[in-house]
Amino acid sequence: MTARTTSEEAVPSEGGTISRGGTSRRAALGRSPVTVTFALLIGLTVAALLRSGSTAITGQALLTGLIAGGVYSLLAMGLSLIFGVLDIVNFAHGAFLGVGLFVTYEVAHQTGLNPYIALPVAIVGLFVLGALIQLLLLNRTIGGSLERQLLITLGLSLLISNVLLLAFGGDPLSANLTSDPGVHVFGAVANLSRVIAFGAALVLAVLLYVLLERTSFGRAIRAVAASRQGAGLVGIDVRLVYVVTFGLGTACAGAAGMLIAPFTTITPTAGDQFNILAFVVVVMGGLGNVTGALVSGLIVGLVEQLGGVAIAGQSPLLGVFILFLLILLIRPQGIFGAKAP
Amino acid sequence: MTTTTAPPAPTPAPTRERAQSLKRSLLILVAIAAVAACAPFVLPESRQSIAIRVLIFAMMAIGWNLMSGYGGMFSFGHAAYFGIGAYTDTYLLVTFGWSPWLALVVGAALAALVAAGIGYVAFRYKLRSAYFALGTFAIAEMLRLLATNTKWVNGTTGYHVPLLPESSWTMLQFGANAAEYFYIGLAMVVVCMVVTLLYLRSRSGIYTVAIRDNEDAADALGISVMRVRLTTMALSAAITAAAGMFYAQYYTFVDPDTAFGSAQSVQAIAPAVIGGVATPWGPLVGALILGPLADLTVTWLRTPPAFLDFLTGRSGLDVVLYAILLIVIALVLPKGIVGSIQEWWKRR
Repeated sequence: MTARTTSEEAVPSEGGTISRGGTSRRAALGRSPVTVTFALLIGLTVAALLRSGSTAITGQALLTGLIAGGVYSLLAMGLSLIFGVLDIVNFAHGAFLGVGLFVTYEVAHQTGLNPYIALPVAIVGLFVLGALIQLLLLNRTIGGSLERQLLITLGLSLLISNVLLLAFGGDPLSANLTSDPGVHVFGAVANLSRVIAFGAALVLAVLLYVLLERTSFGRAIRAVAASRQGAGLVGIDVRLVYVVTFGLGTACAGAAGMLIAPFTTITPTAGDQFNILAFVVVVMGGLGNVTGALVSGLIVGLVEQLGGVAIAGQSPLLGVFILFLLILLIRPQGIFGAKAP
Repeated sequence: MTTTTAPPAPTPAPTRERAQSLKRSLLILVAIAAVAACAPFVLPESRQSIAIRVLIFAMMAIGWNLMSGYGGMFSFGHAAYFGIGAYTDTYLLVTFGWSPWLALVVGAALAALVAAGIGYVAFRYKLRSAYFALGTFAIAEMLRLLATNTKWVNGTTGYHVPLLPESSWTMLQFGANAAEYFYIGLAMVVVCMVVTLLYLRSRSGIYTVAIRDNEDAADALGISVMRVRLTTMALSAAITAAAGMFYAQYYTFVDPDTAFGSAQSVQAIAPAVIGGVATPWGPLVGALILGPLADLTVTWLRTPPAFLDFLTGRSGLDVVLYAILLIVIALVLPKGIVGSIQEWWKRR
């Protein structure tokens, strides 16, 4: 235990916001968080099996959860990137997803074509929106207190969802596919649109990963995340990196919004529930750990669906919140540990 | 807090000076209450709801300001305490016919207990800053989901306060737009303010600010950090629960979304931030600005000026305006309106 503690404390970038301590009580999850998490997932599966008494229901929950998780991964990678590089707790992330939904609705209805043609529009549009917000608003508050950033993004979130309300009204809208057949996977069924969302989200997530890990600009982003001053000293334009990073983050939210649009009721506040989901994923993966967010998204999707079966009668999100609080308390650095993206 | 030139507040000043500044604050409060008491004579009866909204905002913001402004514990989940107040009131009233005044005591105590429990766990595990904010947000959302799916508290339907044929002080119910509501609300705000002012002058209140400014130093001086923090959180929650009870009685209706929705948490934060975090009068000023926005914009959009014609009958403009206000304040005046005026006054 002692050896483990010292080695953990040697990890340099712990986010800086949390002080470490009480390690002995965090022992069980601390020693092998990944094992514990998978044990939890298996336990939940068993609980769901016992509760429903049907392999079909549990299998369906597994598939639905995994597929929903793909979109959570993409959404949360953007949020985690923003946190890791900019130290901003972006409370407007769900609202950006909402913008993605409405962009899709507008494009599909103006052109009368398949909603998927809105994907590049949503990505580019949200990138520009995010970059502008960072350039005009958030770049002025760099180094400010976390609370101040939180208040600004909270204001942004309110602003965005209510501008949408002003522009489109509160009635639910839809951007359905003309035909959305069920796809059978191991006896469980998922709509084609959900399968596409899962696949496309994973492809985009991998693209983002490649961008961060394999390109020189990605290296610049990681350098800024590791040390703002150091990156500035070697000639990286830190402010530009900030602008692009926030844009990339919001583009993830926009893409996620587009991908879920065909099977989501589009309202100005539709993004709100994804806000907290994204935070759960991000904290679980480790604040700022983009790869962690990718894996955690899938886990959260599974927990949501399996928990919904296991705690029958309550909202599926309840299990996710319980998991969230447990992680916040017992392992705030996330199950994979926070590190620079 | 760069208040080295100011004699009162954070640093424990000599007793006489402290007593004087408390006296001055109480006098200001009396003056504000006296002016506010004239509102029913000035406002048309149909506009009374604006004054009530200001009072509810003020109470919530006073509660939030105590914990998050003076205490530095950024709560994103005050809806939890607001909802506990509203639900305790309506539950006891509908199920057992209890007087709302009694329910207020129970609700405030319950909220204080819940807050202390949350605080104990959070600080035991050293939850800070953004993590603390996210945790409190998650707890409020959990309560919302639980209330939505629990039949025991009527699920999504929530509660309607049974309407009485005549006015009653014991049951806190009067005719629509009766001035009594306003005076009761005003009295509650004054009580909340007095409690807050007295608390901030007390040993525990001074410790609260000291812990916010430097926890390690406060701890080293032998202050029981945990106990002081829990006391502050409990008091803050009790005040917010009182706002919830008053809300339920005035609107005679609560459901999970109106009681525990994140909008309520925002409504506790926004007035305090706009008025001035960690200033005694900030929450009141913020409430006075935000309270009327909804009604004003609705009236305004019923017959909008030509260039805004496309917005006729749309909703959402009030929140757009207050979101912009929130962003601008956080960006330009991080100390809020009252805080900035105070600073300017001192520098003058």
